[in-house]
Amino acid sequence: MLLQEAAGAAHPLAGTIAEWIWLVPALPFIGFIVNGLLSLVPATLMGPADPSAAGPDHGHDAGAHDGHAHDEHPHVARHPYHRVVSIVGPAVLALAFGLTLAVFGLLAGAHAEEPFVRTLFPWLVAGDLHINAALQVDQLSIVMTMVVTGVGFLIHVFSVGYMQDDPGYPRYFAFLNLFVFFMLVLVLGASYPVMFVGWEGVGLCSYLLIGYWYLDKANADAGKKAFVMNRIGDFGFLVAMFLLFANLGTLDFVSVSGRAAELGEGGAVITAIGLFFFLACTGKSAQIPLYTWLPDAMAGPTPVSALIHAATMVTAGVYLVARSAVIFSLTPVASLTVALVGAVTALFAATIGLKQWDIKKVLAYSTVSQLGYMFVGVGVGAYAAGVFHLVTHAFFKALLFLGSGSVIFAMHRAFHHTGSQADAQDMRNMGGLRAFMPWTFALMWIATLAIAGIPPLSGFFSKDEILASVYARTSHSTLAEASWLGIPGSALLWLIYLMGLTAALLTAVYMTRMMLYTFHGPNRSGEAERKHLAEAPWVMTIPLAVLGVLSATGGFINLPAFLGAPAQKLHHFLEPVTGAASLRITHGEEAHLPLGTEMVLIGLAVAIAVTGIVYAIARLKPAALVPKAQAPEATGIERVLEHKYYVDELYDRTIVKPVVGVSRRVLWRGMDTGLIDGLLVNGSGYLMRGLGWVGARLQSGQVGTYAWVLVIGVLAVLGAFSIS
Amino acid sequence: MIPEALALSAVLFTIGTVGVLTRRNAIVIFMCVELMLNAVNLSFVALSRLYGVTGQVFVVFVMTVAAAEAAVGLAIIIAIFRHGQSVNLKNINLLKG
Repeated sequence: MLLQEAAGAAHPLAGTIAEWIWLVPALPFIGFIVNGLLSLVPATLMGPADPSAAGPDHGHDAGAHDGHAHDEHPHVARHPYHRVVSIVGPAVLALAFGLTLAVFGLLAGAHAEEPFVRTLFPWLVAGDLHINAALQVDQLSIVMTMVVTGVGFLIHVFSVGYMQDDPGYPRYFAFLNLFVFFMLVLVLGASYPVMFVGWEGVGLCSYLLIGYWYLDKANADAGKKAFVMNRIGDFGFLVAMFLLFANLGTLDFVSVSGRAAELGEGGAVITAIGLFFFLACTGKSAQIPLYTWLPDAMAGPTPVSALIHAATMVTAGVYLVARSAVIFSLTPVASLTVALVGAVTALFAATIGLKQWDIKKVLAYSTVSQLGYMFVGVGVGAYAAGVFHLVTHAFFKALLFLGSGSVIFAMHRAFHHTGSQADAQDMRNMGGLRAFMPWTFALMWIATLAIAGIPPLSGFFSKDEILASVYARTSHSTLAEASWLGIPGSALLWLIYLMGLTAALLTAVYMTRMMLYTFHGPNRSGEAERKHLAEAPWVMTIPLAVLGVLSATGGFINLPAFLGAPAQKLHHFLEPVTGAASLRITHGEEAHLPLGTEMVLIGLAVAIAVTGIVYAIARLKPAALVPKAQAPEATGIERVLEHKYYVDELYDRTIVKPVVGVSRRVLWRGMDTGLIDGLLVNGSGYLMRGLGWVGARLQSGQVGTYAWVLVIGVLAVLGAFSIS
Repeated sequence: MIPEALALSAVLFTIGTVGVLTRRNAIVIFMCVELMLNAVNLSFVALSRLYGVTGQVFVVFVMTVAAAEAAVGLAIIIAIFRHGQSVNLKNINLLKG
């Protein structure tokens, strides 16, 4: 603690605008308060119905909204404070982003080796436990803060258009602002408990926003599922924190990084800490086995999917591993577990993405898959590469989600005009949208090529860097020399590399498939609907365009080393935070591949991406698709993929049903009704009633009887005295 | 002299006790209680020869209280009789649980 304060006093950021870093989370919180108060004004008090103001109202979730008659939701004019909310919601983010940029500028110029910790007040003080509410500015947290506030701002602007006619407009922005607040607490917190506050808070906001259209039970259920799944992961976070505190007596990032080595390299305690932290990551970042909530989370409004379930919250797990880089670098077993689970998830989710029909479900599985890539990166100790992919993914996945939101917005509006009950999110009902929405079409293709890994778009660089890092560590690294459940680390890394390549191929295929079915071929929405298809308003397309530029150029923040001087900027920027941990894994020297090898790897990656795209174009015929209503049932392996390997059903059988059964029979009937209600509550009642019955029999009301008892008692006492 | 007085006192007290326990008529029980009180008075007086006048002073107190008790007790018995046309304790069990 003292050491940390001493470091803070001499820190180049001390006394600068970085002292005001607390404003970054505080601003969205103010937005939450303002919008939250405005949301108390109900929309039902508003003026007469205005049928022309028909935007996307309820029921964007897949399948579940087929039963929604559009007249179930009476048209309402906009919320009375619509304009105030439209300004406050995005403005707080813009201010926070501006402040973050300023701090970033200072930090980039300062070459600060130590993090700058801004202590606000003592938060938890009990015995040896001393936790400050403190924010930490370092290279890693500032990169995350820029992504959260920057991409967050764009998504807020998009939401202004997307949610404009929703009766709960201020409530939506209140939740969105609250989410950003908690996310900033998560990434800026200077200790694990502060981070945990943000970690729990974003989970809460995720729940609130998934179930935003709570009138539909499926949406509310999806929210609950996400919440419960995350709770399982949070248990891991807590246990890891307990272990850290029990063994090191501190929970500050600075102290933990400094002292983690005391736990011994590869020791049981540090491995347990790493694995429990990773359990938390599997919940928050939707990795096997806790990934099933993320596709269901698509029940929320699409901008929410873009912000929370693609760009920011789900990357918190990656951030946690990068933040705990020192811990993970000390335990090859936990690191290999992270990488392996990431690779399996990447491949597994990519195969599911091949056969989904809901445009948002494709993107959801794509997100799970890309998160897997990030975990491969941070798992093999290439923390900068993982964070790099996190950043580029935030760009192109936010763009894809917002683009799909734009598509759904257009489809929904068209269906709304004609009163059609068709699914506005099913790709089989789309097709040929290129002609109607040229901007969205072009921008989404950029994002698709980026995620597929076509140079020089951002996804190519970040994905290539991860795969190259895995390749580089197959020999001469602590991971390769370790063994994981008896499997040699190098063999496992080869396997991870191959799975990564395969997932890259599948990514190219399913993304191209999504684009083909959505934008190419004939339009399948119907004659009447076609007339109403149009590009979304500018307030939605401008954020798309900005994200398009970022998706295209985002890779330049971390060019491969062989391209010359400005290369690996992010890598070098993050070095003070993760550099030492990375070096520990590669035995103290930078993992450099020979130029020839690197060229071959890049060629391979590009060839795979191109193969995937070409294969999809050659193989898939959008013209042969029929609308959802007439589509035949899939068979064989396609059916298995469409049903997501029946994992939800498996979990239902093996976990949910037994838990419900045990709860019902043992806990409810046995414990609650039987033991507590029956034996303890009613039992004590019966006991008292029995005692009362005995007492009542004694009280005969006959004075004579009492006199007898009295005399016998006196005689007994006297007798006792005289005997003694 | 004293042993005889104490013996008489004991006999009177026992008669009173047995009367209280066995009889059912409230008036009789009342009289038996008086008998017990006076038996105790007798032993007070007898023992005052050994221990000074305190016993005799106490007897005066007891008689005073007994007089008050007689007044209140008889009044209650009359009230009970007016209520139930009987002073038999068998019929008086309003406090039965």
